[in-house]
Amino acid sequence: MKKIKLPHGIPDYNLGEIVREVPNSEPPALPVNKKLKVIGKRIKRIDALAKVTGSAVFTADVQLPGMLYGKILRADVPHARIKSIDISAAEEHPGVFAVHIFEKRYEGANPKKNSPESGYPDVIYAGQPVVGVAAVSTDIAEDAINLIKVEYEPLDFVVDLDRARKPGAPLVYQTDVDQEASSGGEDIEEGLKSRGNVRGPTTRSFYGGPRGDLEKGFKEADVVIERTYRTQVQTHCPLETHGVVVDYNRGHVTIYASTQSTKGTRNDFAKTFNLSKSKVRVISEFIGGGFGAKHSLGSFGVMAGFLSKKSGRPVKLMLDRKEEHISAGNRPNSVQFMKLGAKKDGTLTALKQLSYGTAGIGLGAGVGNIAQAMYECPNFKTEQYDVFTNAGPGAAFRAPGNVQGAFALEQLIDELAVKLDTDPLQLRDKIDKSMIRKVQRERAVQLLNWKKPKKAGSDPGPVKKGIGVAQAHWPRFVNLDSTVEIRVLRDGAVEVRSAVQDIGTGTKTVLAQVVAEELGLKAEDITVLIGDTLFPIGPPSGGSVVTGSITPPARNAAHDIKTQLIELAAGELNTDTDNILTENGWFFSKTDNSKKISFHDLAGKLRVEQITATASRSDDYGGFMVGTVGFEELGAVQFAEVSVDTETGFVKVDKVVAVHSCGRPLNIGQIESQINGGVIMGIAYALYEDRVIDENTGQQVNPNLDQYKMPFTFEVPEIQIELIEEYGARSSTDATGIGEPANIATAAAVANAVYNAIGVRMTELPITPSRILAALNKAKKENNE
Amino acid sequence: MKNKKPKKEKSGSISRRGFLKGAGIAAAGTVIIGSGVAVLESRKSVQNKDFEPKTINISMKVNGSIRQLNIEPRTTLADALRNELHLTGTKVGCNRGACSACTVWINGIPTLSCMTLAIEVGDREVTTIEGLAKNDRLHPLQEAFMDHDATQCGFCTPGMIMTAAHLLEHNPSPTEKEIKVALSGNFCRCGTHPKVIAATLDAAKKM
Repeated sequence: MKKIKLPHGIPDYNLGEIVREVPNSEPPALPVNKKLKVIGKRIKRIDALAKVTGSAVFTADVQLPGMLYGKILRADVPHARIKSIDISAAEEHPGVFAVHIFEKRYEGANPKKNSPESGYPDVIYAGQPVVGVAAVSTDIAEDAINLIKVEYEPLDFVVDLDRARKPGAPLVYQTDVDQEASSGGEDIEEGLKSRGNVRGPTTRSFYGGPRGDLEKGFKEADVVIERTYRTQVQTHCPLETHGVVVDYNRGHVTIYASTQSTKGTRNDFAKTFNLSKSKVRVISEFIGGGFGAKHSLGSFGVMAGFLSKKSGRPVKLMLDRKEEHISAGNRPNSVQFMKLGAKKDGTLTALKQLSYGTAGIGLGAGVGNIAQAMYECPNFKTEQYDVFTNAGPGAAFRAPGNVQGAFALEQLIDELAVKLDTDPLQLRDKIDKSMIRKVQRERAVQLLNWKKPKKAGSDPGPVKKGIGVAQAHWPRFVNLDSTVEIRVLRDGAVEVRSAVQDIGTGTKTVLAQVVAEELGLKAEDITVLIGDTLFPIGPPSGGSVVTGSITPPARNAAHDIKTQLIELAAGELNTDTDNILTENGWFFSKTDNSKKISFHDLAGKLRVEQITATASRSDDYGGFMVGTVGFEELGAVQFAEVSVDTETGFVKVDKVVAVHSCGRPLNIGQIESQINGGVIMGIAYALYEDRVIDENTGQQVNPNLDQYKMPFTFEVPEIQIELIEEYGARSSTDATGIGEPANIATAAAVANAVYNAIGVRMTELPITPSRILAALNKAKKENNE
Repeated sequence: MKNKKPKKEKSGSISRRGFLKGAGIAAAGTVIIGSGVAVLESRKSVQNKDFEPKTINISMKVNGSIRQLNIEPRTTLADALRNELHLTGTKVGCNRGACSACTVWINGIPTLSCMTLAIEVGDREVTTIEGLAKNDRLHPLQEAFMDHDATQCGFCTPGMIMTAAHLLEHNPSPTEKEIKVALSGNFCRCGTHPKVIAATLDAAKKM
């Protein structure tokens, strides 16, 4: 072990240094961004050229010789027993190479008992895959799908969260079920029992369980607020749908996958097909978005595997847009019963949270840990229940749980501020112990020239303006299974190799930056080869873990390479290794500037064609802060300004101010882009998106982009971003991700702004014109009474 | 009925074995994936189109050159470009005209290629994202997209660029609102809109 001095704190606030004891293999401390050349700058994405010229090859674009196209017949009933399946006509159809019937269900929760008499799994949602076909074109595969006859024996079904909770509701599962959580960050507690369709409750997170004594806390309170909040089901809608190309070739399988986890996809496939991991290779060079839904192989991937195995040919199976909506994941809805107690000075005395949510046939419909972790409150209890319905399985979705949780919690805190007639930022100063959010609020006050918001609904005229604030909390997760190999080749090329994937967040570019900084090169000098399980395994792209997990080993491996090169340079320049300086692609003698050799020429002197170094993510410097809240969490504060037309109910978001931090920022442009994305997705969640299932048929009625309402250019407001550097001295790069925190606070900020505009609380998402008008009418009636 | 039944070959329709033989001429070659690993594929192609409904031969002018296509009449322009001509820069997001990812130009007019049959194109000229750069010089909009970080996952990017580039052809100095109108049908889930608008404004200045 050795001691190194690292930057610690927030520039222009409390920046200092801290000494940490770290393993000898760790590189020297990286100074603050101001002193660096490549890190922390607006570096162009290294794959931008491929994206703007159309040469980027996504999974949807992969074409292999002899490739077939797969298509899935999906059940068009929400709950049924399959009596028979006749695939003979499909098999005979010219151009069809393989037909496969699923013998079990490969998605949702796994009932412990699942051995249907018919030999086919029961259908438990409309959209469940039943049969797959591989043919020479998608059109012909579709023709064949239409020739398949499935006889269903319909069963009673339930798709509504409230109805599914009632005694006597049709059961989705007959037994207790479990499900492995994905790497996307949703919480699923093992071994919980079900009563009817209701499973749980979950009462714990990694922050611990209940605290204190609720009853005592509410007794101590001067103000008690009770509210019920509802959030809708949101679908991920990545523009590239889920899909794979599986090439099952004599026991060796190559899979091109639009995935957030090459590792997870490989491991799922190896397990399902009983193959060694070394026989399965997953390649994922460009991914058209994921947002949490693309962490596993998926039932379609299993189907493509069977079809490729049967046909002996590569099979491409991309979901169409409808399949994407109904079967490929969603953010579960929620109903949250909240009760908050506080003293007159704002001190929280008790917080009780009871929630139900449905991830359809899956688990993971909790409302996160934000209520437990964001504010100081000695007496706290949460009970979070999963409710099964006959609908497509949920999936991790950008800050799973905490987006739903923030909508309720942050409106509740806003309501408390109004009740106590205090500034919502001052109230948070009192109850929020997070250092980073304190600084963020201070920065926002200066930036916005912030004053206590005007009285709610006080604007004259029909169009009323409002401002609202809400905060985000997301833990700083690290995935230790993160390994990078760096190679330098004799022609001076530098390669970064890892199985980690870039889902559009810019992982390739930050890897290039970190390695370039270490080696004294430019980002564009680095070749980043990632998204391939032939390379060392990297983390899944979920939970904002990638940057904090993969960039430290990249720097450590680059440092190892640099050490090897310095030794070589010292020999070439006839000096000591201590006397070598690397800068701008050159190795210098510190004492004699004329003694120098370029990176390129030095690489030419290598004894072998390449030198290589591999590093894995080491433990956090200073030890992991498991279950603690505070300084280094990924907190954020967001403000929304809205206009509400009280005659039409139409809400327009005029501006969002987003104050964020993510440790040491690596690439400013990419961070801004992700914050923009989180904010826009949050606005869409607040105002537009809503998966609607018809209760009479069990079918989603809006399963495409023309029906499922989404923001386009006119719905996107001005977004002002303030990024605060924060050094935690936790790793050799000290950087973290930004994907989740960007998405957590927005909907709550919009809802609070709507309240400030019209003086009526909107407790149900999405905040549609009809809901605004209904709420205004109800308030008017109540005022008249 | 289980799916493991013996395969019988029906007379009158093309047999599986016959089909394979017929497909024997096609490409065996090397596929280079972007991660730099070469995969040698030696299997025969099955991209033979000897099925009902009958395929037809058409020619189409794409990015300046005349291309020959043998396609089913129902083939969309998007599928023809992507699957037959391997111009996969044009993306399909929804396949029903709701996301504009598939935008190409036909005689210079932005057109949704997923809503257009390949046989409708006739003697008009198709320009795709691959044909936007002229003589290896990027279109200023492509440069601006890179400078402004206007791509995230990149899947909507070709459609965004083809739409915005058309706007700039006809309106060299658009206002922000005019850009928003032009791009109002282009869906992006990553949230690139603010930077796409900034990039388009910037490209207009430089053109």
